[in-house]
Amino acid sequence: MAPTSPASARRAGRRSPLATTALLVVGLLATGGAYALATTTATAETTAASAQLIDEGGKLFAANCASCHGLDAEGTAAGPTLIGAGALAVDFQVGTGRMPMAASGPQAEVKPVQFTQEQIDAMAAWVADLAPGPAVPADRYIAGDGDAAIGAELFRINCAMCHNVAGAGGALTEGKWAPGLAGVDPVHIYGAMVTGPQNMPVFSDLNLTPEEKNDIITYLLYIEENPSVGGWDLGSLGPVSEGLFIWIFGLGGLVAVTIWLTAKSN
Amino acid sequence: MRFTGWAANYVDERTSASTAVKALGRKIFPDHWSFMLGEVALYSFIVILLSGTFLTFFFDPSMTEVEYSGSYVPLQGIPMSVAYHSSLDISFEIRGGLLMRQVHHWAALLFVAAIGLHMLRVFFTGAFRKPRELNWIVGFLLFVMAMALGFTGYSLPDDLLSGNGLRIIDGMIKAVPVAGAWISYLLFGDEFPGTDIIPRLYVLHIMLLPAITIALIGIHMVLLVVNKHTQFAAPGRTNDNVVGSPVLPGFAAKAGGFFFLVFGVIVLIASFFTINPIWNYGPYDPSPVSAGTQPDWYIGFADGALRLIPPNLDFVDPFGFTWAFGVLIPLVGLLVFLAAVGLYPFFEAWVTGDRREHHIAERPRNAPTRTAIGAAGVTFYAALWAAASSDLIATHFRLSIEGVILALQVATVFGPFVAYFITKRVCLALQRKDREIALHGFESGRIVRLPGGEYIEVHEQLDDFERWKLVSFDEYQPIMIRPNDQGKITVNQRVRATLSRWFFEDRIAPVTQNELESQKH
Repeated sequence: MAPTSPASARRAGRRSPLATTALLVVGLLATGGAYALATTTATAETTAASAQLIDEGGKLFAANCASCHGLDAEGTAAGPTLIGAGALAVDFQVGTGRMPMAASGPQAEVKPVQFTQEQIDAMAAWVADLAPGPAVPADRYIAGDGDAAIGAELFRINCAMCHNVAGAGGALTEGKWAPGLAGVDPVHIYGAMVTGPQNMPVFSDLNLTPEEKNDIITYLLYIEENPSVGGWDLGSLGPVSEGLFIWIFGLGGLVAVTIWLTAKSN
Repeated sequence: MRFTGWAANYVDERTSASTAVKALGRKIFPDHWSFMLGEVALYSFIVILLSGTFLTFFFDPSMTEVEYSGSYVPLQGIPMSVAYHSSLDISFEIRGGLLMRQVHHWAALLFVAAIGLHMLRVFFTGAFRKPRELNWIVGFLLFVMAMALGFTGYSLPDDLLSGNGLRIIDGMIKAVPVAGAWISYLLFGDEFPGTDIIPRLYVLHIMLLPAITIALIGIHMVLLVVNKHTQFAAPGRTNDNVVGSPVLPGFAAKAGGFFFLVFGVIVLIASFFTINPIWNYGPYDPSPVSAGTQPDWYIGFADGALRLIPPNLDFVDPFGFTWAFGVLIPLVGLLVFLAAVGLYPFFEAWVTGDRREHHIAERPRNAPTRTAIGAAGVTFYAALWAAASSDLIATHFRLSIEGVILALQVATVFGPFVAYFITKRVCLALQRKDREIALHGFESGRIVRLPGGEYIEVHEQLDDFERWKLVSFDEYQPIMIRPNDQGKITVNQRVRATLSRWFFEDRIAPVTQNELESQKH
């Protein structure tokens, strides 16, 4: 047994009841430590990136928005406070070109977008950092893959009185208007419903769930992608454009025909 | 050829049809483009009958609730009435159904528009004067029937838009004092909307109203033949003859061809342009109203009146009855306006005291006051009509809707007066110009230098044919107040004399023979 004693001693050491515990401790320390190290590094990087983004957003805000909204977005006589407005409101207002406003008027108008999406995201991050507010939705809520029929019904009940059943837009009071909805990016439709820009009411998640908002987006995409089966839709404005059309082109054309029929041949 | 002759003879020996054909075939119709506007209305009515018959094969007016199972995705699974479902089926499932629906609806818009223009032609040429007053009334009733047919028709699909229209009518009916609520319940069979209204409107739309319309068209045509057609003044045309082409063969061929042209234009429009996309609107539900909800154009003036009436006119009287003057005033105003249109020929005949027959169509300038009254009426109607699209005017011209409403309110009240004065002055000026041309000729554009160095432009005289068109029109003078048989001057007489003075105190007399003679140096 003697020649085997060192080996058995090693074996005894390896098989010592403490060995497993020690191994576990070492293993846990190693993996946990490595994980902790790794995650700490990642967090640090994210924070650094966010801080950089927010910082950049703050600079953009100070340069482009602060004259109306105030240097700390506290609001001035010329523009409301943005504390608590949230990232989604910034994404909507700046992403559709409404902000920065070109001029004071009944309402901010859509115009060519002035910033890149990265810059918009930066400003959104800065505004979101001021106080919690609506965030940009997950992709599945703006995918437009919901139920168009439910969306259409919700649209008729909640949206059509201003935006028209076919999303052609309509008049509001004092020179304001509800814009047409053709060609609007789904995230902006979602953002308008959540943040209620300008004269639009807020449709909170209790009022219309995110899934229902997606249904509405689905319906709007459907009518955009499936033009009227009856031919040119004359702007989907209803009987007014139809009446103008029949007077000018229908009856006008036929009056031209009557003049042709009764013309004397010279 | 032998067979044709034999067949014609066979029919003629048993019906004596040749007498009628001979008489009608020799009927003369004068040629002028504005005389064909009524034909446009008639032909579009035939198109409406044909396409409407097709639609009745597939439309089911029931208001029973079903779930949509057709092919239009954004409505699948939505509960709706059978009427709306079958309208959607006509649009999406039945071959040619959508084309027929669009033909029917476009033809209906054209029908009323052509009637409107035809009425304006008759009004402004004075073609409603004796002996045609009754035919004016018949035509006026046809105009009312056309509006009723249109309204009952566009209410049938039971979509959101048609339901909104019915709701407005329900509101107007309920505004009628005392009887309003009773009439509403009688019509709808229940509190609005109930489940009876679509079948009831359907019966009116496909049976009663078309029957009345066809009967009126028949009377209109018979009276047209009996009274003969008016013609514009020209050499050889007198109050006692009609110059033009006979029905057979020329006029009938032209009219037949024109029918197909009208039909073709309607089908062309219906093929390429959507009308009333009912699938956008969804089933009727009393809660939503879409932006841009308007009636079809011919009901627009009524919608506009409701939009223009100022707010806060409604009150509850001490007995607890509601007086909805915001609805009643437009309602009464529109009925008065329509009555004025229908009764105008009798008014004018009474004012002028003219009992002669008139077969020569007047040029509008030669009846300045009537033309001005017509312009005032057109302005009034147009302001109300435009008001029906106040929201679209605001959005498309970037205006505020309050500003548009205010401007149209002003236009409705003052516009007719402005139009009256401008039109009357323009007519008188044109008459003066005519007189000048008849007496002194027209500017030839030829400049001549006289031996003394003076330049003159040579005026050339019209030929007799052209001059006749300028000088042959009726002259009216204000009637004098005269005592009647009892030697009394009645109030009636005074009013009539005042109106007559208003009509004729400003007038340009036609050039007389003497004036023409003395002008010939």
